Amino acid sequence: MGKEKKNQTIKFKHPPKIIGNYAIVGPKEGEGTFKDYFDYVVQNDNFGEDTYEKAERKMLEHAIMGAADKAGISTKDIDVLLCGDLLNQIISSSYAARSFDLCYLGVFGACSTMALSLAMGSAFIDAGHFQNIACATSSHFSSAERQFRYPLELGNQRPPTAQWTATAAGCSILSSEGDGPIITSATFGKVIDFDICDVNNMGAAMAPAAMSTMLAHFRDTNTTPDDYDLIVTGDLGKLGSEILIDLMEEEGIKLGINYCDCGQMMFKHDQNVFMGGSGCGCSASVLNSFILRKIREGVYKKVLFMATGALLSPTSCQQGESIPGVAHAVVIEKGE
Amino acid sequence: MEMQERNKRYNDYVNARIPKTHAWPTLLRAFWVGGVICMIGQGITDGLAAIFPAMPKLAIASYTSIILVFIASFLTGIGVYDRIGAYAGGGSIVPITGFSNSITSPAMEFRSEGLIFGLCVKMFTIAGPVIVIGVLASAFVGLIYLFI
Repeated sequence: MGKEKKNQTIKFKHPPKIIGNYAIVGPKEGEGTFKDYFDYVVQNDNFGEDTYEKAERKMLEHAIMGAADKAGISTKDIDVLLCGDLLNQIISSSYAARSFDLCYLGVFGACSTMALSLAMGSAFIDAGHFQNIACATSSHFSSAERQFRYPLELGNQRPPTAQWTATAAGCSILSSEGDGPIITSATFGKVIDFDICDVNNMGAAMAPAAMSTMLAHFRDTNTTPDDYDLIVTGDLGKLGSEILIDLMEEEGIKLGINYCDCGQMMFKHDQNVFMGGSGCGCSASVLNSFILRKIREGVYKKVLFMATGALLSPTSCQQGESIPGVAHAVVIEKGE
Repeated sequence: MEMQERNKRYNDYVNARIPKTHAWPTLLRAFWVGGVICMIGQGITDGLAAIFPAMPKLAIASYTSIILVFIASFLTGIGVYDRIGAYAGGGSIVPITGFSNSITSPAMEFRSEGLIFGLCVKMFTIAGPVIVIGVLASAFVGLIYLFI
């Protein structure tokens, strides 16, 4: 490995605009901090379906249709759907894409999928290949829990470092035309592993990846944390975001009051979620509701949105492997 | 080498940051809920002995277990037992009711994958090891008993 650091950031010459965004969440999330910002709160975890997988899929379909509707376009006008989720073989995304007449690119970045799909979609639009791209992702507490952990009704205790997979889906429509917040640059992250093996401590497993991408971003764009109105990470949770602050301080960068974490903010303290929310849908729903609305209102002018993902599977954990993390970032600005 | 050192340092740092479970409140909650479950069991035993004085002791013990397993399974089905478990921890896992819960909950959860490959196969994902080790241990103890 050479001493010279590789560039990880794309600066867009023709920044794509986010012309529509939609967030749909489950009942518990709908009682959380951002309850007044979500477009739709599902009343029941199974959303009228007989399995949780179908419920997650339906939420994703709703998010895509809702975002297209808010953008004032039909889903037929969308050229490409970039979509991913947490279930094996990303079935929620693929099965949701089946309902629409559009090209589908399944992406997997675990909980970093929202930032990853926005970054990739922006690159497509910047290059002039497509006009409208939908970037969407979802997660569901009940479907994730049965895949990664224990049955819902099992009477066990969650460790204090556990996070709560958010039941949520979010979709942003990127376009070369129209009005809305713009994505000015994107930083892709490396897979970083600091040898954390505890599946109940995802925040600690992902924090080094967040640090790596954040450092790369500040280096490549010649910016400091003070240049942003808001720096928001995906789902590091309470412990993970505190670790990130410490790690960044060790590297000589101080994250101040403008730094926060979607997972930590998503739920209220009395909702019994310990370290906060997690899952693809966590950062996706907070971005597509609260953050984008505040950017539109002009409260935030420049936001660094960085979603982090833990790239594990139940098999790798059972075989004693450590948990690699990855983080991708996009800069969203108010635009003219 | 440098990498290993970095990882070790990070792991030490994280372990120091992890919020610890407070032992005393956890123990106390496990103790009183576990105690109440055992008292209910004792109550059922005494009740059965009072209603059916002719019933042998062994049969009463079996019926008590059956009734406790049924109650826990029922509470799992209506979504109460996981809340008790979240509060009491070991207090509701260790008694036979916890065993019942660990079989009923995957059976409910994986019903959607079909009767055979869902319900029947996944039913013992949590209780399976307990049964295996229980059978092995009893065989082992039986062997020792045979020779002494």
